[in-house]
Amino acid sequence: MAEKKHAAYICSGCGLGERLDIAALEAVAKKEGKMQVVKTHPFLCSAEGVAMIRADIDDEGVTHAALCACSRRAKTEAFNFPTTAISRGNLREGVIWVRPDTEEARETTQEMAEDYVRMACAEVKAMTQPAGNPNTGTNKTLLVVGGGMSGMTSALEASKAGYKVVLVEKTGALGGWAAKLYKRTPTREPFKAPEDNGVADLVAQIEADANIKVYLNSTIAKTAGAPGRFKVDIAMESGPTVTEDIGAIVQATGFNLYDANRLPHLGYGKTPHVVDQAGLEALAKAANGGVIKRADGKEVKSVVFVQCAGQRDPSGEHLPYCSGYCCNTSIKQAMYFKDANPDVDTVVLFTDLRTPGNGEDFYRSAQNKGVIFSKGVVSEVVPNGDACTVRFHDLILDDKDARIEADLVVLATGVVPNSGVNIDAVAAPAAEAAGSEEGAEAPAPVVEEKPISILNLTYRQGPDIPQFKWGFTDSHFICFPYETRRTAIYTAGPVRRPMDIAQAQEDATGAAMKAIQAMENAGLGKAAHPRAGDLSFPTARLEGCTQCKRCTVECPFGAIDEDEKRFPLFNESRCRRCGTCMGACPVRVISFENYSVNTVGAQIKAVNIPDEFSEKPRILILACENDAYPALDMAAMNRNEYSAFVRAIPVRCLGSVNTIWITDALNSGYDGVMLMGCKHGEEYQCHFVKGSELGRYRLSKVGDTLKNMNLETERVFDLEVAITDIDTLPRKINDYAAKIQEIGMSPFKGF
Amino acid sequence: MSNANEQMAARYKNNFLKEIEEQAEMGEWVKMCMQCGVCSGSCPTNFHPGWDHPPQEIFMMIRAGKREEVLTSNSMWMCTSCYNCYVRCPRKLPITHIMHGIAEYAYRLGLAPKMQPTLHLSQTFWNNCTKTGRVNEVKLTQSLYFKDGFMAGIKKGLEMKDVALGLVKAKRLNIFEALGGGHKCKDIKGIQAMLAKAKELEAKRKAAKAVA
Repeated sequence: MAEKKHAAYICSGCGLGERLDIAALEAVAKKEGKMQVVKTHPFLCSAEGVAMIRADIDDEGVTHAALCACSRRAKTEAFNFPTTAISRGNLREGVIWVRPDTEEARETTQEMAEDYVRMACAEVKAMTQPAGNPNTGTNKTLLVVGGGMSGMTSALEASKAGYKVVLVEKTGALGGWAAKLYKRTPTREPFKAPEDNGVADLVAQIEADANIKVYLNSTIAKTAGAPGRFKVDIAMESGPTVTEDIGAIVQATGFNLYDANRLPHLGYGKTPHVVDQAGLEALAKAANGGVIKRADGKEVKSVVFVQCAGQRDPSGEHLPYCSGYCCNTSIKQAMYFKDANPDVDTVVLFTDLRTPGNGEDFYRSAQNKGVIFSKGVVSEVVPNGDACTVRFHDLILDDKDARIEADLVVLATGVVPNSGVNIDAVAAPAAEAAGSEEGAEAPAPVVEEKPISILNLTYRQGPDIPQFKWGFTDSHFICFPYETRRTAIYTAGPVRRPMDIAQAQEDATGAAMKAIQAMENAGLGKAAHPRAGDLSFPTARLEGCTQCKRCTVECPFGAIDEDEKRFPLFNESRCRRCGTCMGACPVRVISFENYSVNTVGAQIKAVNIPDEFSEKPRILILACENDAYPALDMAAMNRNEYSAFVRAIPVRCLGSVNTIWITDALNSGYDGVMLMGCKHGEEYQCHFVKGSELGRYRLSKVGDTLKNMNLETERVFDLEVAITDIDTLPRKINDYAAKIQEIGMSPFKGF
Repeated sequence: MSNANEQMAARYKNNFLKEIEEQAEMGEWVKMCMQCGVCSGSCPTNFHPGWDHPPQEIFMMIRAGKREEVLTSNSMWMCTSCYNCYVRCPRKLPITHIMHGIAEYAYRLGLAPKMQPTLHLSQTFWNNCTKTGRVNEVKLTQSLYFKDGFMAGIKKGLEMKDVALGLVKAKRLNIFEALGGGHKCKDIKGIQAMLAKAKELEAKRKAAKAVA
């Protein structure tokens, strides 16, 4: 490798020159930072300033540059030097924008700026510019698992974007549930009548598409490899197992209806005149527009639709969630009757009529056609001679003993996702048993008892995608809905969350686009969301490894397997670069080229710690770069001031925080450490799903360290921060600084 | 009158919603209610006692087939025609008009509550006003005050005497009209012919519906 040359560039624009003693900063960079080149520019991000840096890189051989100007989140396009290791000293958002412009504040503000210069210099010296993951695969074929509406849509959208697709369907025909529908809820103006289910059209498009290869009656026997180089074994029911080279995967395995046999109180199984929604679609299909007849051949003159049958159940016995589509479906099915014969009595018994999308127009149209909607909770459906009696509590009239007679009763039973094996339950049956004592865990037995794996991944962490609430596959429904915890494997449609056909098709399109992005990134050795385009990847100094397996167990993305000697085996293409493995490693052998125990450790040590009697405490902030650090930046943009005693270092995730940093900080005389990470748990906000949770668990043990050092436990403070905490965060920082002053200075200064 | 009631009840059997749709003016709107309750929440009379069911509940009762309860209810008669519900209904139901339609239907069937003040006023006002084409204020007030007996009427009259004197001074009230006559419109015959024709047309329409 060529010789290293370090340079520091200090900007005096944006008011930095007026507020700070730039000459002193230069001296710090030169003397303490030991930078070979130190230059100041009045407008560093201007074309001229950038050209100055560029010239030094090209002509002077600068390999490492510390840019002391604004936050690392600002001006990223100007300061884009792909071959040079770059660190950023945050003098604008980190210093002058959060400090008052007063004479008294001048000294502490200058100290703050000098520390950030020291930190930037120390960091850049510990960094190497990453060259990208060499272990790439360039397969650009998309595997779509499931041939329903979602799967077919994903396949067609990917094909339209110019990618080859392999579509695997378990049954003998494409179409899934939609193919079983007589008609579907309307998708276009005026949203007044049911329309054709649209399956035939999609199937024809797929058959005519040369880019799409369809395997019917087939399942996935094995998925090995990594993004860009998956090897997928497809087992055909009659025939050999075929291996396909795959770049990325969309799992669109859909749902099953909740088993109506679990609802004997609603008459299912007791009388053939109670059916679920699928049962009614079959009757409607048989009638094909004519009068709808029951299984016994009798023409239906009155029908009652029971909404929320076995779903939205607060008792824990049945599904706790809403299917998201079955109000509209019941409206549609009531129309089947009214359109064939307006004299059929159709009553929909609902608790809340939920008509997403354009369902409101559809609902109105049904009312116009004479469908009666009644708000009530059904307690019982009793066979009554040739008909059924539906007993319900009328919620508008508060009639607890309301009854309706009907020839046929239709139950809207809700959905159960086809997510495969719950790998968390398999991995930790004991934990599951402990958790099931709580009411929230009760729905677990509702999910099929013996699910079979869908993807059969050969990952150490288990054969399927990790599940989230109620067996739906993991995703962050607001920020990154399609991302699962397996890189380049995306879920779409009702397997991800309850939804109707229109939503599923939108979902499928989005997932296909994400999968394409993942394949392309994998081919370039770049990371996927949320550090999309990141070229760094973790490496381990195996000679120091103790084979404790923490990294392989904790990796939220299943990126690390174990080799035959039981050392961690990194699959760089599966990695999201969160650094959780690095934070977990007790012997600190895991690092990224530009982010390591050293890069952060060097910054911590670079800060100048004033002595015990200076009344200038030092508080270290380790802030998650996804939420907390942007919140700090935005607080600065709003000029929300905070204490001059804090020194903030962004971390990739709270999960990447190695406890050594905290021990080091306390040992070198910091008076307090603030950890800022995303919300964890069921309503998590962590961009790496489990990172903040794992980080917090690890750091919960830091109390012992503090005790051993004879320090107060308040010296380490864990704060949950959301990106919106722009106003509250500075306040919390100040509160903590006040508290530290109350506790007193650390006795560890000056060692 | 109860004859008409029995006829209708027999004709529509359990389907009271259909009966209201076909027989009551604006009744076809009842099925479009989505039970949000904005009408009930907006109704100023709802703050007073003696109001059996707000509009939303009346509509639900119609769907639930509670015929007797709806038609004998005082609810429709409590409506002050403020049009709050009409304006606010997210489904754009003409609620005020529906309430009047149901009230009128109940009256037609002879099921409206006897001596209900609104009903009494409507009847009295109509009779008074159609006689000469103009309202005889003195007579109208008299018949309202003495509705519940002689003593009650005297008491009410004394209570309101200051208002009456004010009206007399402002020449808005002529006490001699108590003797009869009073101001009238120019062409009484024309007005009465017009009203007779309107009544005839309405009767024809309702008769057609009743038989159909």
